[in-house]
Amino acid sequence: MTEQKNWVEEALAEHENQIDQRHFSKVAPGEREALVLERIDRARRARARVKEERITLAHGSGGKATHTLIEAIFLDAFRNPLLEPMEDAARLTMAGGRIALTTDSYVVSPLFFPGGDIGDLAINGTVNDLAVSGATPMYLSAGFILEEGFPVADLQRVVASMRAAADAAGVQVVTGDTKVVQRGKADGCYINTAGVGVVPDGLDLGVANAKPGDAVLVSGPIGDHGVTVMLARGELDIDTDLTSDTAAVNGLVADLLAAVPGGVRAMRDATRGGVATILNEVAKAANVSVVVAEDDIPVRAEVRGASELLGIDPLYVACEGRIVAIVDGTAADAALDAMHRNPLGREAAIVGRIADDPPGIVLLRTAFGGTRIVDMLVGDPLPRIC
Amino acid sequence: MRFVDEFRDADTAHALAAKIAGLCEPGRQYKFMEVCGGHTHTIYKHGLEDYLPETITLVHGPGCPVCVIPMGRVDDAMALASAPDVIMTSFGDMMRVPGSKGSFFDAKANGVDIRMVYSPLDSLKIARQNPDKRVVFMAIGFETTAPSTAMTVLRAAQEGIENFSIFCNHVTIVPAIKAILDSPDLRLDGFLGPGHVSTVIGCRPYEFISRDYGKPVVVAGFEPLDILQSIYLLMVQLHEGRAEIENQYSRVVPWNGNLVALKAINETMELRPYFEWRGLGFISHSALRVREKYARFDAEELFQVPGVRVADPKACQCGEVLKGVLKPWECKVFGTACTPETPIGTCMVSPEGACAAYYNFGRFTRQRVKEATAR
Repeated sequence: MTEQKNWVEEALAEHENQIDQRHFSKVAPGEREALVLERIDRARRARARVKEERITLAHGSGGKATHTLIEAIFLDAFRNPLLEPMEDAARLTMAGGRIALTTDSYVVSPLFFPGGDIGDLAINGTVNDLAVSGATPMYLSAGFILEEGFPVADLQRVVASMRAAADAAGVQVVTGDTKVVQRGKADGCYINTAGVGVVPDGLDLGVANAKPGDAVLVSGPIGDHGVTVMLARGELDIDTDLTSDTAAVNGLVADLLAAVPGGVRAMRDATRGGVATILNEVAKAANVSVVVAEDDIPVRAEVRGASELLGIDPLYVACEGRIVAIVDGTAADAALDAMHRNPLGREAAIVGRIADDPPGIVLLRTAFGGTRIVDMLVGDPLPRIC
Repeated sequence: MRFVDEFRDADTAHALAAKIAGLCEPGRQYKFMEVCGGHTHTIYKHGLEDYLPETITLVHGPGCPVCVIPMGRVDDAMALASAPDVIMTSFGDMMRVPGSKGSFFDAKANGVDIRMVYSPLDSLKIARQNPDKRVVFMAIGFETTAPSTAMTVLRAAQEGIENFSIFCNHVTIVPAIKAILDSPDLRLDGFLGPGHVSTVIGCRPYEFISRDYGKPVVVAGFEPLDILQSIYLLMVQLHEGRAEIENQYSRVVPWNGNLVALKAINETMELRPYFEWRGLGFISHSALRVREKYARFDAEELFQVPGVRVADPKACQCGEVLKGVLKPWECKVFGTACTPETPIGTCMVSPEGACAAYYNFGRFTRQRVKEATAR
């Protein structure tokens, strides 16, 4: 282990710099709380900074640490107007047409799980990132990082399922790359896919568009994929019939956009970090509050049960074939109907609405009848799941 | 979902809330401590405080077993994990808890072999699979988890597994409650007793609380209605001028505890003369260590453990916050040196800790949140 500075001393020194206790003691006792709150708000708005000296698993959890890493390292280095909205895919104009471009890497363990494998995940994930940004997915690339000793039969199985998923989604894999690394330098097989799609003129989706009065929809029960993969690792000795929800949602998205022209403000696919993370991104990007009702959020009994046992919240569990849509309130019912008519959206539901106060915050009305704030995930005690 | 939804029924909650409100004496403030971190989690997860009148405050107690492990012990664990050929195994919730040189997560990123397990028996499995490694289990928790550690040690002895040991940090709840009761500035009217701990130790160990301190205790279950009913039972006791030990969680907690579990703990572990708690300082007879008979499974015997005490920073006032004397924002380091990303004290470590909750959401009063969700 490398020697680290004592962070406690550092933090206390920083504290001394920030606080003028004499000034604090002059403030009337009744106003001190406000002063502390103001100080916290200032700290929140401060530029993101990665404090750790090394990458930890929390940086990959999709929660707070991931956002800090992206903002402080990647966004800071690559900053440009196309990257800044931080949507699932970038939308750009090339040769007179609008396209969407996205990329994603897949490191799921185990490679094969009930309802899917790393292959269809790699196709569906990228297709979905394009679809929710309003694009019609067209062409994909596929890069493979293979570990020495990986069975060729497994690779064939993965690639066959990629082909089937691509056919189902109506896209083609048109370029690729292969690297082999020494045994122990990777975990069997990692896949990266990138994709391009065509964005119709006039369609401009984005979470920053959310407005008070809008409705929040999810396209089906949440958390199936994450829980399936956790159980497939076999560490928990729980048997269920649960299968991953991995699927390409471009058909569902097309149906939705056609049913409520101009009514959809934004869509996201609820992968890493789950629905809670997306709702927080909406609240922060649009400076609105998102109010959801626990009773209305579809969760399968198996997912609820496993989540209860594991002490996790389905709201943070990954899906691979579910979208969250922010829709104009007046178009909410029509949007829900359109989802219901598609096989992938049969169990869709309106789960909440956008309000104005308190801005930047996601509120949950619990089934028990109380309320709580749903924050971004801090840390991640769970092994990687997508 | 059966056996869960029955205990989360909103109509029953409304009825109970009305009865609780009816018992509040005008002008009187009530402060109850829920000792157990599991209760804090339920209260937070279900928004239970919305059902309570403004005059009833719940004080979050010291019963989060990972939060009370002091920095020095985390540093010791880190030293153990870094020893040659060691695989350190730990529950997931311990991974984020900071020592003076960072957390298990940080150490893992530095290449130390630390693995998450769901049960100490999983550590034993890892020991069986890796005979050339020395597997250490980071044993933490109150009497709730101590029996499973004890059974694992017994199993290891039975199977003759020699490359397995535990780093014992098990703590006992009663001395911590006593330390809180003994503080001169205490302002508590009663306790929600820790349900899971009580499944093991039963209800008798709390009798001194009513006998010597005149405070009522209701051992409570972990569903929201369990907690609401327990608060109701506390209010009834106060109203009738009683201070007794009651068992709301009788569907799980036997009055005399679980004798098999207690026997397993007693066979393998004994009380330490004293142990340090983050935020509360040294408390005598408040923790367990491995008995000499099982010293071959005691990581503290097998390895060089630095045992250097890392004092809580003087400015850290977790003790006062835990006792309900200070509000989180009144602590000297709150929000500057001590934040959820770099927690110093126990109240900031867990997201449900009083300070972490206040840091994240303190600017939203319950009233504002209620109005926003009602519209």
